[in-house]
Amino acid sequence: MSFDSLVPFLVLMTSFVTGIAILMIGEDRVTARRVLNLSGAVIKILLVGVMFWGVFHGRNYETRVPFLPNIDLVLRADAMTILFSTLSAGLWLLTTIYAIGYLEGSPNRRRFFGFFSFCVTATMGVSLAGNLITFFLFYEMLTLTTYPLVVHRGNEKSMKAGTNYLAYTLGGSALILAGMLWLYSITGPFDFTETGVLNALADAPKGQLTVIFFLMMLGMGVKAALFPFHAWLPQAMVAPAPVSALLHAVAVVKAGAFGMVRIVYDVYGIAFCHDLGLLKPFLILASITIVYGSVRALAQDDFKRRLAFSTVSQVSYILLGVTLFGPMGSIGGLVHLVHQGIMKITMFFCAGNIAETLHLHKISELKGVGRRMPLTMGAFTVAALGMIGVPPLAGFISKWHLGLGAVESGNAWVLGVLAASSLLNAAYFLPILRTAWFDVPDQPWQESHPRGRWECTWWLLVPPVVTALMTLLVGLMAGSPLSPIRWAYLIIGREYG
Amino acid sequence: MWTGQQPEVWQVAGPMIAAAMTFALGSRGRKTLVGVVIALMGWSTLGTIVKLIGEGPYLHVIGGWVAPLGITWRIDGLSAVMLVLTTLIGAGISVYSLGYFGTSSREQHNETYFWPLWLFLWGSLNAVFLSGDIFNWYVTLELSGLAAVALITLSNKPDALTGGMRYLIIALVASLFYLLGVALLYGEYGILDLGGLSKAIEPTHLTMVAMSVMTIGLIAKAALFPLHFWLPPAHSNAPSPVSAVLSALVVKSGFYILLRLVIEVWPAEMTHALAQGLGILGGAAILWGSFLAIKQQRLKRLIAYSTVAQLGYVFLMFPLMTIGWDTDTNWTSRAFAGGIYQVVAHALAKASLFLAAGVLIHARGSDDLEGLRGLGEKLPLTVTAMALAGISLMGIPPGAGFFAKWMLLTTAIYSQHWSWAAIMLIGGLMAVGYLFRIYRRLLTHVDHGTFHQPSRIMEFAALGLAGLSLLFGLSSMPLLYVLRIGMPEQLTNYFWGMM
Amino acid sequence: MTVMHLFGLTGVALFCIGLFGVMTKPHLLKKLLSLNIASAGVFLLMVALASRGDRPDPVPHALVLTGIVISVSATAYAVGLAARLHRATGMVTLEVKPEDDA
Repeated sequence: MSFDSLVPFLVLMTSFVTGIAILMIGEDRVTARRVLNLSGAVIKILLVGVMFWGVFHGRNYETRVPFLPNIDLVLRADAMTILFSTLSAGLWLLTTIYAIGYLEGSPNRRRFFGFFSFCVTATMGVSLAGNLITFFLFYEMLTLTTYPLVVHRGNEKSMKAGTNYLAYTLGGSALILAGMLWLYSITGPFDFTETGVLNALADAPKGQLTVIFFLMMLGMGVKAALFPFHAWLPQAMVAPAPVSALLHAVAVVKAGAFGMVRIVYDVYGIAFCHDLGLLKPFLILASITIVYGSVRALAQDDFKRRLAFSTVSQVSYILLGVTLFGPMGSIGGLVHLVHQGIMKITMFFCAGNIAETLHLHKISELKGVGRRMPLTMGAFTVAALGMIGVPPLAGFISKWHLGLGAVESGNAWVLGVLAASSLLNAAYFLPILRTAWFDVPDQPWQESHPRGRWECTWWLLVPPVVTALMTLLVGLMAGSPLSPIRWAYLIIGREYG
Repeated sequence: MWTGQQPEVWQVAGPMIAAAMTFALGSRGRKTLVGVVIALMGWSTLGTIVKLIGEGPYLHVIGGWVAPLGITWRIDGLSAVMLVLTTLIGAGISVYSLGYFGTSSREQHNETYFWPLWLFLWGSLNAVFLSGDIFNWYVTLELSGLAAVALITLSNKPDALTGGMRYLIIALVASLFYLLGVALLYGEYGILDLGGLSKAIEPTHLTMVAMSVMTIGLIAKAALFPLHFWLPPAHSNAPSPVSAVLSALVVKSGFYILLRLVIEVWPAEMTHALAQGLGILGGAAILWGSFLAIKQQRLKRLIAYSTVAQLGYVFLMFPLMTIGWDTDTNWTSRAFAGGIYQVVAHALAKASLFLAAGVLIHARGSDDLEGLRGLGEKLPLTVTAMALAGISLMGIPPGAGFFAKWMLLTTAIYSQHWSWAAIMLIGGLMAVGYLFRIYRRLLTHVDHGTFHQPSRIMEFAALGLAGLSLLFGLSSMPLLYVLRIGMPEQLTNYFWGMM
Repeated sequence: MTVMHLFGLTGVALFCIGLFGVMTKPHLLKKLLSLNIASAGVFLLMVALASRGDRPDPVPHALVLTGIVISVSATAYAVGLAARLHRATGMVTLEVKPEDDA
């Protein structure tokens, strides 16, 4: 076994072994746990970096072990994998730093960090999966390992949210399982292939394939918080802020979105989907979700709930891009996978910071927070402007490509959806900025610790500042060969063959 | 030495001799004895498998007395897989019981009787799996049934006595039904052993009657819906290691005989209707058992109803097997592998779940589901065991249960029998429903209630069995490799191609 | 109708009577007696079957002997268990609790 065929396996192990080690050592061994966590995250980034470099130069990383009769577990790094796993690995490090600061002194940290590592393992597995069964394995692992994190606080409200989360996501999984089995019964075992598998199938049973497509896409749609399967996401916001930040902004919803991308591009093939007329219904569903999520976000006063509904809306941009038949739309959708992740995690970090430092959870309470916590609110401002689509920030790049894609594919009405969504984004983000920067606080801050040198502990401060800078950088350096948008171009070049 | 060439002898002789010896030994000697028995059984099972792989399926004529008056054992892939299962679970339960008993003086008294009865049950279960004639099955079923009832009633609590009594009556009636069928078959064909019977049998009315009464008896033993009603009170009121062996192995002995009869004895013309009937009952068991599991308020009752539901999956293998029986597809062998794997997966996971439940009940002193709140923080190993076992039961990869359900589901879908597939998928979701009723309480954060630290050896035994249920899911080939030896080609053609 | 048939049919009838008793009589001792009647029926059937060839077949006799041994020990154990149940609960029947109704 060569080193190249071990890399994907090692990428998983860096967090899996970390998780097990964390569960083995005692609850009170804080330093040992920090060292384990951070070294695991750093090694993972290095390994993903190796794959990044290798895939860019056309190398092949694949781990393959037999699992079911005739079906292997396949872990493989292709260009699409790199896009998602670089995002997850990078944000894992930042979120770990953040979580160490956020949970300082709270109970059950061993369980939290153990399962947090397992979640990241599952997310990496989702991105590395080389066929449907491997994808499904990690997708389920993600569902189950997230549960203890959602219910981490252990009170009635979080238990209820956890139960709902499971009911939704496992229901979706059953749909995926049924669709996957049905598909295997038609095709036999296959791996994900650029430009798709099914379009090469002679005399494909089109009616059955249509039903299967709907089963699997709707199943994935549950995790991607697609309307009307989105209700679990705002409820799951009872989880601690790092969980909301990494899992709900990035890992879980992105796993669903990424699954959709895989099905459309690497199973069915985008051209085949278009021929069967499968894209249009999901284009419409994505548009509805985008507008619906934004409208619901307007009405929320709870900070995290507003962000959650914003996530519902923003994640559907990915599906929107995927279902626009044309390279530009696809590029916009794929790049939004990364851009939305960076921007939304910044916002959740900031919300968590404010909640942790000043105990403020409602938007109406945020008066003047900008003066007390300028760096945090600065980071938030960058992310919010990015979401709205102000050039040259990340969101602008996504929306620009989506708009081009809409015109290119002859769905000009999607421009209207994009415009409406941007206006609504502005309508629910700008008031937050105004309240935070320009209003005067009604009462003195209720601080948990006396104010130190910084506005809060640096564990909490560094991650949002870094991700805010990244929001700026991916927009400014869009032309660089390492930027997400360049990768999206690379992937789409291969997908459209 | 002759025993070296006949390792299978110790499968029955080992536990039975040890059962007799326990009376003579104190508690320290008992520990040594348990260690010796586990080592002996491990060696014997390995030896049997090595011999099986080397020589192919073979017969063991006990004491040189040939059939019909003597007893002949048959060793082939199916019996070997069951022996592997009894060895693994027997070892787990024995280790666990070293910690479970003997913590208070009253339990000390129970322990005196637990060990001989348990070892005796272990031996007689192995005898069921080794036997090759229909009368001998009657004897071995009675042996294991009586030992099981005695174990259930060990605690002398009213609930346990009532549950045990009901089980005893059902078991005796079921055995009589079975024996009636044996009598009819012998009267017609004059043969008791399976090999001869399968050649002589003809699809007559009398065979039909014999098949019906034997099936009724066996599904009552296997607790198939609607003859499952005795199972929850019996299994939930027994001491936890006993619940584990009852749910994991004892109900499987009835199923094993039924399966043997279907694949070897009954004429093919008659099995189709029988298999459909068993499948419908199995489907009903999945839905009804899961539904009642979701409604239970006590931990072990919930797990017991889960057994009813999970046994339903096992019985779905019958209709799925007959679909492809006369075609050149590999559906029959897929369904066969799936059903046997479900037996293995459920046995390991359920044994682990009951053992873990025993730890939780010991810690809290109560069986109430609400009393579990907050235990997750105190007993992480046990909760891990429950979670891993649950993964297998829910049919989520990479648990062994996933492999079983995968094989059964693919058969149903390939042959376009959507209703079976739908029932299996719904049953999986319902399993999530009832298992998370346990997990969510374990993860609740409260800090009150009594807590006794249970022995670590109990936690490790539960975790070990749960780990095995994942291991068999990650790597299904070794067991399938053994399973196909000496089985009819129709049941294994799918697997020959890939080994 | 031969003697064999007569014995055989009587055996089946006894089995059915016993079965009826087990299912309908709540008293545990009556249940156990019914069980014994049912097993006597099965044994009678088997003994009858032994006469179907020219000379008696020894195998069913061996089987019935084994069966009687099992039946006696099972009954003895069941009576003992019923006595324990009576001591523990004061009941001579299996009461049905609401949660057992399944």
